[in-house]
Amino acid sequence: MPVLTAELARPAWSIPVPWRVTAARREVHDIVTLDLEPPGLAGFSFRPGQFNMLYAAGVGEVPISISGDPAARGPVLHTIRDVGAVTHALCELEPGQVVGVRGPYGNSWPVAEAEGRDVVLVAGGVGLPPLRPALYHLLAHRHSYRRIALLYGARTPADLLFTDELATWRGRFDLQVEVTVDAAVGMWRGNVGVVLGMIARAQFDPANAVAFVVGPEIMIRFALTALDEAGVPAERVFLSMERNMQCAVAMCGHCQFGPFLVCRDGPVFPYPAVAPWLSMREV
Amino acid sequence: MDSLEPLLRDHEFFRGLEPAYLALLVGCASNVVFREGSFLFREGEPADRFFLLRHGKVALEIAGPGHGALIVQTVPEGGIIGFSWLFEPHRWQFDARAVELTRAVALDGVCLRGKCQQDTRLGYDLMQRFARVATQRLQATRLQLLDVYGRAGAYR
Amino acid sequence: MASITSGGRSLVMARASLDTLLDVLRSRGFRLVGPTIRDGAIGYDDITSSADLPAGWTDEQDGGFYRLRRRDDDALFGYNVGPQSWKRVLFPPSSLLWRLREAGGEAAGPSDEPADRFAFIGVRSCELHAITIQDRVFIGGNQVDPVYASRRDGAFIVAVNCGQAGQTCFCVSMDTGPKATAGFDIALTELLGDGEHKFLVETGTELGAEVMAEVPHERAAAADTARADHIVQHTAASMGRQLETGGIKDLLYANFEHPRWGEVASRCLACGNCTMVCPTCFCFSVEDVTDLTGDVQERHRSWDSCFTMDHSYIHGGAVRPSNRSRYRQWMTHKLATWIDQFGTSGCVGCGRCITWCPVGIDITEEAAAIRAADCRIPDEGGAGGQP
Repeated sequence: MPVLTAELARPAWSIPVPWRVTAARREVHDIVTLDLEPPGLAGFSFRPGQFNMLYAAGVGEVPISISGDPAARGPVLHTIRDVGAVTHALCELEPGQVVGVRGPYGNSWPVAEAEGRDVVLVAGGVGLPPLRPALYHLLAHRHSYRRIALLYGARTPADLLFTDELATWRGRFDLQVEVTVDAAVGMWRGNVGVVLGMIARAQFDPANAVAFVVGPEIMIRFALTALDEAGVPAERVFLSMERNMQCAVAMCGHCQFGPFLVCRDGPVFPYPAVAPWLSMREV
Repeated sequence: MDSLEPLLRDHEFFRGLEPAYLALLVGCASNVVFREGSFLFREGEPADRFFLLRHGKVALEIAGPGHGALIVQTVPEGGIIGFSWLFEPHRWQFDARAVELTRAVALDGVCLRGKCQQDTRLGYDLMQRFARVATQRLQATRLQLLDVYGRAGAYR
Repeated sequence: MASITSGGRSLVMARASLDTLLDVLRSRGFRLVGPTIRDGAIGYDDITSSADLPAGWTDEQDGGFYRLRRRDDDALFGYNVGPQSWKRVLFPPSSLLWRLREAGGEAAGPSDEPADRFAFIGVRSCELHAITIQDRVFIGGNQVDPVYASRRDGAFIVAVNCGQAGQTCFCVSMDTGPKATAGFDIALTELLGDGEHKFLVETGTELGAEVMAEVPHERAAAADTARADHIVQHTAASMGRQLETGGIKDLLYANFEHPRWGEVASRCLACGNCTMVCPTCFCFSVEDVTDLTGDVQERHRSWDSCFTMDHSYIHGGAVRPSNRSRYRQWMTHKLATWIDQFGTSGCVGCGRCITWCPVGIDITEEAAAIRAADCRIPDEGGAGGQP
């Protein structure tokens, strides 16, 4: 495979920088986490909720949420679901191989705005990776927040991500973790049911809470209704949107969602801004 | 069974119930305990009571050859299990298994059915409460059915 | 880019001096691109002299209709706009973003290759606005596109004020013409008649004035200026179409489920012609390729259209699979969401989408139909709100 070099005459928006894979972990059958390191001592920082464009040589480029700790030094984590040619190529990478990276792009979860309040994190399926950096931040500044609840739903127990970490988090006294699946076999001792059903049981004061929601769009809409019924003000509910993304720099027009460009105005949006557009089909 | 009155009165499901009706319900109520792995009811059995879970977790499941038991929903503490007591043919459609040690209040459905027929106001009140829970379960079930976390096209 | 210098004096130059102007530009290293007849239409291509211009030709346009017709004079700019716009030069239909070669190669981008400096000859006011609109997308955001920037930075613009309005023109409605007021180095108004053929010349930049200093000219007489004004006013008064823009963003936002979308969808072929000819449409797709050995990797970009099924594809399907939603996307983007995304309307009223639609769908007619049956207004006898 050709060696990509980081020395470029003039950086242009489309040119990826070669990063090296330092670790590749298969989380569940179709999801892999890649630990990537930038070349040399290049500094890289990101805010929770942002994403990188990952380029698999000659195959293509896709937006992937950064799923690691924004405060950690060292490799930058990206959790990828194998759904097409590019993600498949990325999921097959081994340590030592090279990936093209450009980013970070997008805005971030409003962790500052959530300070002093209860925080409810609602993640569905492969929505947990983009939310995990926010949780890391909240836990690293635990005293700045009141109660924190992580509500996570997946398809089946075999699809649950980061189960070791979930167990560790569950062991904390200052964090409520509720996990559920849509379907399970009899040996499963956990919850079966939709994630929004756990909102009613999460411990938080709706009048003084902030909610971060991410997952498939249908699930997001159900969760928004459940949060509304629970009494969380709409302006303190934030969700992460997804659309076709190619340039990530607000030029190619693909990520349009009504009046918004998801790569520039999102992917995190306050609920009131997107509410009228979410309820319309094919926008 | 004096200890059951505050329990029922304070339970979300019975909020706003007239005190006279509450007393009636208390008369039909009893404390029950299920060891881990035991069944609150089995598919096909007569549905003659319903349960308020005080402590523990119950799995609604159904079993078939080749795949064992499949859980469709778990009900947590504070939840309510059992609608089939209220509607013909009064038979359970699923198994309900205690996933862990579970304490519940069991309410005698046969007795309550009789009282509902005598006092239709009571019947209407209970019907509203159960209809609400059934609707919530239906919405949740539909969302589960959509298999939103599945691969694209999994549902289609 | 160029901004008008205040108090730019008007000049007059003879028709023959136009060739001198072109020679001066060429000698200064500009590559001349201007209107010329090609494939039965007037398009923008390399030119060398005024002999390449469509002298004595005009265009007849209407919904789904375009023909060239002979004029009874020799006007050099006696037509409106053809299927192409200047975006074909500034934002080429296909371009290489970067190339990477094996072992130690650097990713070479097109900014590493010498760029031509273009002189655009005959840019209409609507097109000046279209260029400004595309500037906001390609060089006005957080990132700058090097392909667009390198072509734009050096471009010298000779604008032309339209001497006639086309049947599909509505620049007056969009406040984008017909008179060029900013964004040019030189602006010409063709004055033809009474045995004379000359141009009123306005300079918009110092460079424009510098260039004109090398071209034979005189100060404009009051009569010349008045005549040019009169021509522009006449053009403004004879627009072929009109579009009411008052509150159009809110109008369209409130009518996303209007039955009209289904109606136009039954006519729309989703051919994407409108997006190809539109001077502001900017969607592009990015494609990564390798050669057979895998040693050379390239990233290309090419024009894309929101009318394709691929445009909105995310895991497993398109967000906009129906004709209805794709037409709605195009039109609401052009007239409404563009305003929130980039601060201006996306439409300059050039009428190309109307002319080049094979079935003659007319954006002004669609906007009027929705306004006439605005779902926000209570039913007063039949209109609006029907499934």
